[in-house]
Amino acid sequence: MGEPGTKELLSLEDLEATSRHRTGRKHTLSILVENKPGVLTRIAGLFARRGFNLDTLTVGPTDDERISRITLTLDGALHPIDQVTKQLHKLVNVLKIRDLEPSETVARELAMFKLAADGTARAEVMQICEIFRGKVVDVTKKSITVEVTGTTDKIAAFERMVRPFGLVEMMRTGEIAISRGRGET
Amino acid sequence: MRAVDAVMECLKAEGVEVVFGYPGGANLPTYDAFVDAGIRHVLVRHEQGGGHAAEGYARATGKVGVCLATSGPGATNLVTSITNAMMDSTPVVYLTGQVRTELLGTDGFQEADMLGITMPVVKHSFLIQHPLEIPRAIHEAFHIARTGRPGPVVVDMPQDLSRAEIPYEPVMDVHLPGYQPTTEGNQKQIRQAAKALASARRPVVYAGGGVVNANAAEELTALVRADRFPVTLTLMGLGAYPAPDPQFLGMLGMHGTRAANYAIDEADLVCCVGARFDDRVTGKLDEFAPRAKFIHIDVDPAEISKNVPAHIPIVGDAKQILAKLVAEYRALKADSSRLEEWWQRIDQWRERHPLAYADSSDSEIKPQYMIEALHEATGGDCVVTSDVGQHQMWVAQYFPFTNPREWVNSGGLGTMGFGLPAAVGAAVGRPDKTVVCVTGDGSVQMNIQELATCATDGIPVKVLIMNNGYLGMVRQWQELFWDRRYSQVGMGTWPDFAKLAEAYGCTGMRCEDKTTLVEDIRRALETPGPVVVDVRVTQEENVYPMIAPGAPARDMVG
Ligand SMILES: Cc1ncc(C[n+]2csc(CCOP(=O)(O)OP(=O)(O)O)c2C)c(N)n1
Ligand SMILES: [Mg+2]
Repeated sequence: MGEPGTKELLSLEDLEATSRHRTGRKHTLSILVENKPGVLTRIAGLFARRGFNLDTLTVGPTDDERISRITLTLDGALHPIDQVTKQLHKLVNVLKIRDLEPSETVARELAMFKLAADGTARAEVMQICEIFRGKVVDVTKKSITVEVTGTTDKIAAFERMVRPFGLVEMMRTGEIAISRGRGET
Repeated sequence: MRAVDAVMECLKAEGVEVVFGYPGGANLPTYDAFVDAGIRHVLVRHEQGGGHAAEGYARATGKVGVCLATSGPGATNLVTSITNAMMDSTPVVYLTGQVRTELLGTDGFQEADMLGITMPVVKHSFLIQHPLEIPRAIHEAFHIARTGRPGPVVVDMPQDLSRAEIPYEPVMDVHLPGYQPTTEGNQKQIRQAAKALASARRPVVYAGGGVVNANAAEELTALVRADRFPVTLTLMGLGAYPAPDPQFLGMLGMHGTRAANYAIDEADLVCCVGARFDDRVTGKLDEFAPRAKFIHIDVDPAEISKNVPAHIPIVGDAKQILAKLVAEYRALKADSSRLEEWWQRIDQWRERHPLAYADSSDSEIKPQYMIEALHEATGGDCVVTSDVGQHQMWVAQYFPFTNPREWVNSGGLGTMGFGLPAAVGAAVGRPDKTVVCVTGDGSVQMNIQELATCATDGIPVKVLIMNNGYLGMVRQWQELFWDRRYSQVGMGTWPDFAKLAEAYGCTGMRCEDKTTLVEDIRRALETPGPVVVDVRVTQEENVYPMIAPGAPARDMVG
């Protein structure tokens, strides 16, 4: 481009496409929704229909009874996050979406592990539990149940440690997350 | 008053003059309210017909269409229309009856989870839980259907709640904190778009149904004429720019013109307005406009960079944005001569590959000629609706639409059975206009019962059946891509459409001779009331040119 005598207004070659790229990392979306019939189904249905895969999803009340908070995590390597948030925004009952910046966020998940550990194994489990700041919540002759809170990574690490003792059952809530500092999430 | 009487007040406050519907147990209260409401109700003969009639009304008038049905089967009969309205961004409010609240969730008689069934295909939906919510829900439904990217909204009303007594107070405002469509368009981006247009050597404007929805045809025309920009339209956009104009390249996409598809293929800048890079437009996505940068103007931010990454995205109302873009562009005083070479190239394509067909040497009616004859008989002054198939593509190719809202068809969903009820809606909404439904021998049978609606209510639609004895479009694909192994595409010779029309109380005609066709169509148009013309055309004619599914645009065949 740029023949002699032509005023160059803008070079088309230099224009860059807007994001549709994959970020490659985990994303935590914190979503405020109106408590209206079917709102969770609308969100779940949207994900299913558009082929977006959720890793975790939690729903809970907020300090305003008309509003709930949904926290969901998904893989930014698989999905263009801006498409996901734009589609979510089209739902009339969705009030606000934040794609939480990992460094600006405190995230926690609660997990409970039921282990078939007795005798010396039990002592070892309790030791691991202490290192992870877990808590024993139930004991029988043949089992021990502990609760652990932390980031998803920490819970995964705990699971790796105790699995060899005989994992009977595991339950995880999925992550909730709140922004650091004084501002609202 | 009863909640249903409040509904009538709400409809009047929304300016509703006519609704399309069908009664049943769960909406008995609503139908009782119609007796005194003074709102015209068109009784269709199938709820699907009612849904499409409301769509046709909305598309031809720009107003919100309204459709009513009872619970269960009545409501589920609307699902195709709701989906169709979603795909084509048509504003329709569907009011469905629901079983009494005490029966909800018990598989009560004629209970169907309408909220659940329609959730993936609505812009929004309401399940009424308290009678006091009803007036507000109705107004919110209209607001959502009409604004932003238009679409279908369902209001599901349990029977007991709809007949409850409520203190009615007019709702003066709607407040939807989670719904705030952007209208304005970012000024900086608009300026950037103007500069890009002024810098482009091979620009193409590609506009779609969004321009029609935004009532922005005039502004689009102003942009195209602000310079010698070539313009192409999608199937949904036809009429948004006058087809006879030399700057119009024809429709693009699967059955678009070669000039339009080749221009996109070689463009350095594509300015997309109110369109969404559908696969029927792009062909093979990776090879769509491979040399181009994209300006994308759309009211729905989720469409931007969904299929094709945009370089200059502008979210907002096309009417406002285009007006500003024209002003910005004019201020740049770009030199039109830079487009000289581009036009030479385009004109070459147009000369070499005009839309054409081999006419018959005898009296046989070629389907393409049938559309030309319709244009000649009407002078182009009519609203045309169509169904889905070859006849639809031939209308799109051979009927030069000049104004928006004069072409009503099912684009995104491709719903056979749309054409006749849509014509009913269009004729009710535009009594000043001749309304012609061009349909196929297959499609028309999918909602032919609406001829009774036309006869009973004196709705003067003119139905032209392009009778090729086949599910022609499917036959074409079997011929081209499945070794001509015809499977279940023959329609046989029945029914006798002219007799059937008479049985329904309409005028029936048949045409087999091309030499009298224009005259015959004229006669049909001049005959008062609804008329059905059975036009016998060449049986095995194909729609060309064509981009094979999944192939790149430059590999057009035929
Ligand atoms: C409800 C529905 N069912 C099936 C199809 C698939 N289909 C697309 S075109 C077509 C043939 C339509 O035949 P006809 O109405 O006679 O039109 P022609 O192609 O012959 O002009 C069919 C079956 C469809 N689009 N819609
Ligand atoms: Mg046919």
